[in-house]
Amino acid sequence: MSVPVIRAENIAKKYGDFVAVDGISFEVQRGESFGLLGPNGAGKSTTMKMIAAVSTRTSGSLEVLGMDPNTDGPAIRSQLGVVPQEDNLDQELRVRENLITYGRFFGMSHAAVAKRADELLEFAQLTDRAKSKVEPLSGGMKRRLTIARSLMNDPLMLLLDEPTTGLDPQARHILWDRLFRLKEQGTTLVLTTHYMDEAEQLSDRIVVVDKGAIMAEGSPAQLIRQYSSKEVLEVRYGSDKNAPVAKAIADIGERQEILPDRILIYSDNGERDLAEITKRGHHPMTSLVRRSSLEDVFLRLTGRSLVE
Amino acid sequence: MTSVADIKADAEKPRRWGWWYVTELRLREMRGYVSYVVTSSFANPLMYLLALGIGLANLIPEGMEGVPFLVFVAPALLMSTILTVGAEEGMYPVLSGFKWHKIFFAIHATPITPGQIVGGFLVHLTIRFTFTAGVFYGFLVAFGAVPFASGWVMIPIAILGAFSILTPLGAYAARLDDDTGQFALIQRLVVMPMFLFSGTFFPLSQVPDWLEWVGWVSPLWHATQLGRTFSYGAIEPIWLSATHLAVLIAYAVIGGYFMKRAFVARLTR
Repeated sequence: MSVPVIRAENIAKKYGDFVAVDGISFEVQRGESFGLLGPNGAGKSTTMKMIAAVSTRTSGSLEVLGMDPNTDGPAIRSQLGVVPQEDNLDQELRVRENLITYGRFFGMSHAAVAKRADELLEFAQLTDRAKSKVEPLSGGMKRRLTIARSLMNDPLMLLLDEPTTGLDPQARHILWDRLFRLKEQGTTLVLTTHYMDEAEQLSDRIVVVDKGAIMAEGSPAQLIRQYSSKEVLEVRYGSDKNAPVAKAIADIGERQEILPDRILIYSDNGERDLAEITKRGHHPMTSLVRRSSLEDVFLRLTGRSLVE
Repeated sequence: MTSVADIKADAEKPRRWGWWYVTELRLREMRGYVSYVVTSSFANPLMYLLALGIGLANLIPEGMEGVPFLVFVAPALLMSTILTVGAEEGMYPVLSGFKWHKIFFAIHATPITPGQIVGGFLVHLTIRFTFTAGVFYGFLVAFGAVPFASGWVMIPIAILGAFSILTPLGAYAARLDDDTGQFALIQRLVVMPMFLFSGTFFPLSQVPDWLEWVGWVSPLWHATQLGRTFSYGAIEPIWLSATHLAVLIAYAVIGGYFMKRAFVARLTR
């Protein structure tokens, strides 16, 4: 096995009494696409900042590209591409200028940044907005520009913190397509997200994080196999009726989760279980049979939903 | 995999020149508001000189400290203009880089260090202050308010003076989570009194004894007095001139040290 690009052992970050990250350990291999999945406030962004060599860890050992971020921050950062959670584009500059000035921070020549900026505007589908100001761009365009900016130095590893939060579905899909191309080219991707579909789309391997600690680790398929069933039947009876009905059908399926608005029945055959419920005279207002997702894994592991 | 030695060799250029890349960025950003810088650089001295040189000076025909009033007040006008710009630049642009535009976080995601961000910020302002002070000096010479040959020394003194107020304010602004009126308060309770009681329009000795301390702690008074010795050869003991210089350097350097520390703390939080 090759040398991991990230090796985190028991890393922790404390702000006074508040523990943001509570001793987590993981490794990321070169070329891998690695996701940190968890709800807001789980410590994902803090972990990301420690990897990005912009936040000093409180304890534990961390190696990024073979170096310690606490002592070799600038060298590590010279090989990273960072897409932060909030856009921090330079509003006083034009679109193309944002790329040019950023490239200069890596010591690239004026000629090299100009060439690279044009290539990346093409990649980000922003060539026709090169001279535009940043402010009027749509949310999706700003994200694509931020990703283009993060690629100026042709990074060994790209860190993406909640890359599609706040975007509409179409903009998300365009962005996923761009990120998938990078993955195909062999760029190491590390991303945090609280969207299970995003984690499934982009990650080869995921760690599920909650309250600063790792709950589970594996590929999306492995996690679903290990912590959930093949299918999920969702039935709704109305807010005050869900709980009493759940008692009456408790023996159906492998396991159940009773949420305020619906009952989730974990099963290897949702349609069969729905027929059984109906046969017993409990006709739901609405029903849905779907495949298990990472959301179900998270619910199982923490007893809470990802987006609360 | 790229070796650690290769990566460190790659990072060598930004390690040396990072401060200059930040300066480049700030200069490029300045294009957006260059008309403001140029207009105010020309309008400020013109307004001051018309008001004080033609207006107030006529009311004080006997002059001040043995020289015409305009000559007496000219160094103070230059210094107060540049120091006021220095105070402004130490507040909003610093907090903005952390809070509103977050541009300092974007820069720090690259090999650039917090110290280089501060360095580039200050180098850019040196260029800007040199321009503004240079234009002001040109007007003063044109109005016969300072001698051409020795008066130019006021330009570096003004820049030092600007940093002596900018860096302590920058250190403070970098630690603020938000501006809930602090900056307006500083303008009214620090910058304004400094302007009024620092021997600007009249010698500090005219200020009531109980207010004289304002002048002594004020970078503006030290910068102005130093400017006067170079401008019209105001006579003061050499130790006093040395004190003026030492106070300005101390403010700027100690402020710069704390400003850098505040940037490090905020960017590695």
